Amino acid sequence: MISRGIASKPFSVRKLPGFTFIAILCFALLYAPIVTLVGYSFNAGNSLAVWEGFSLQWYYAAWQNDKVQGAAILSVIIALQASLYATILATMAALGTTRTRNFRGQTAIYTMINQPLMVPEIVTAVALLICFAVIKQATDYHGLVYLVIAHTAFCIPFAYLPIRARLEGMDKSLEIAAADLYATPWRCFRRVTLPLLWPGILAGAMLAFVISLDDVVITEFVKSAGQDTLPTYMLGQLRRVITPEINAISTALLAISVLMVSLVFLLNRKKS
Amino acid sequence: MSQNTSPLSIQEQLARQQETKTNWLLCTPALIVLFLAASGPLLVMLFYSFLTPGDYGGVEYQLSFDGWMNVFLFRDIFDDVLSIADAHVAIFWRSIRLSLMTTITCLILGFPTAYFIATRPRQSRNFWLFLITIPFWTNLLIRTFAIMEVIRNKGIVNNLLIDLDLIQQPIQMLYTDFAIMLGMTYVYLPLMILPLYASMEKLDFGLIEAGYDLYATRIRVLRKVIIPLIKPGIIAGSILVFIPSLGAFVTPRVLGGGKNLMLGNLIELQFGQGRNWPLGAALSITLLFIVMAALLLYVKNVQKSGVQHD
Repeated sequence: MISRGIASKPFSVRKLPGFTFIAILCFALLYAPIVTLVGYSFNAGNSLAVWEGFSLQWYYAAWQNDKVQGAAILSVIIALQASLYATILATMAALGTTRTRNFRGQTAIYTMINQPLMVPEIVTAVALLICFAVIKQATDYHGLVYLVIAHTAFCIPFAYLPIRARLEGMDKSLEIAAADLYATPWRCFRRVTLPLLWPGILAGAMLAFVISLDDVVITEFVKSAGQDTLPTYMLGQLRRVITPEINAISTALLAISVLMVSLVFLLNRKKS
Repeated sequence: MSQNTSPLSIQEQLARQQETKTNWLLCTPALIVLFLAASGPLLVMLFYSFLTPGDYGGVEYQLSFDGWMNVFLFRDIFDDVLSIADAHVAIFWRSIRLSLMTTITCLILGFPTAYFIATRPRQSRNFWLFLITIPFWTNLLIRTFAIMEVIRNKGIVNNLLIDLDLIQQPIQMLYTDFAIMLGMTYVYLPLMILPLYASMEKLDFGLIEAGYDLYATRIRVLRKVIIPLIKPGIIAGSILVFIPSLGAFVTPRVLGGGKNLMLGNLIELQFGQGRNWPLGAALSITLLFIVMAALLLYVKNVQKSGVQHD
């Protein structure tokens, strides 16, 4: 290893001129717009660029807005269901595809699971629009099930990846020992595999929740009338005059995402 | 079947068959949902691209190749003359051009950033990486809104430039191609940095030192040592940025206004005002093919450079 004192050395093989400057600039650029957005959510005036003092009025306005409330509740209902189903399905799939001999069709399974990551969202969205339009017309059912199924599907790969990563790092000998001690497969799973796998499952569920909560494109095309989630509500507000109320909603959503991702980060760090 | 693994007892073969069966059973529920809401609809869409558009959206169940023909061609409604659909070609070209420019900008910004993170002490690398991952996991729409608010005519950038007396009139940045490119760069930059970092983390600095020992200049070390070593990361990052840029829908809609369409918006239009579902379906499948081609290129490159893909 090369010593750490980069600054004190006259010549460092690790340093390339200008790189640190661009890197710092890059971090600043990544955060400046978000910080501005969050900052103006506390603006007392209705401008997005002129600071008129601190106030929580836009949070209050958003809280009082029936449409925002409805959209927020719907977002959470869908995200909770989708992340729950996606996590269960992904856990099963991860158990079926890791720590096993290569089996026939394994590549096909991987491709299927990763499909939502590879196909552009707009393509899946219009494909779902076409299919669900037919079903909606045939059955006259316009409920939430369409959105929940669509969200579950694209959440599966996000839940699957951390669970699989966790499983791959787990030693099979404990489970073999349990089986040797005459534990039934189910008991072995409940008492040995599940507790060890739990951090991965939790991480997967939280990522799935965030992904579902943030989705715009697929929701926009699948939703029936009156089924706005927070992101599609925000997209709909584009045509109107934008006030810091949008910033307040955004900040709330950002806070949830940052919290969840930080937890996932901590969960993963504990492991290593 | 198992001739090359001949010393397998029948018992063991049965156990293996049983294992495969269990594996498939475990995967089946996920596969069903994915088939219902991801793969299956694509097949239905392929079918729809060969139908006739209905008068009020939807389709009539009558075979027609007009949807596919209209992707690049345009039939005059008066004299049936076929000509190139200039508008579509322009949108395809804009999508590809903007995606390429986004990829290059991300590479220019992302490369030094990834290098910066990779050369931090081991303990602080996770922190810098975390700073990159946070924007990646936050809402794409919100990040696009953030850019929109900053570059509006009455936004903070224009206000600042006017206050500094650099300009008299606000510069129109929003609703231009530049705005779309800026937005996509902003939104997809983490997708470039993360794979670049993954490659750079494994960089052997002994090789760089050897380069300097042999009197190579910094530029030469960068060109002849560092870049060849992290080529897989450069390719992975470029693909990861290029693909979502090409299919971008939210960013061009928010930052491009109504007029600077990209492929994603052209597709949406066919299901809205355009009322031409077969054309929309054909356009979607075309986009899918371009993306698949890019992915195949990537896989080929990864195999060639012998890097494990996880």
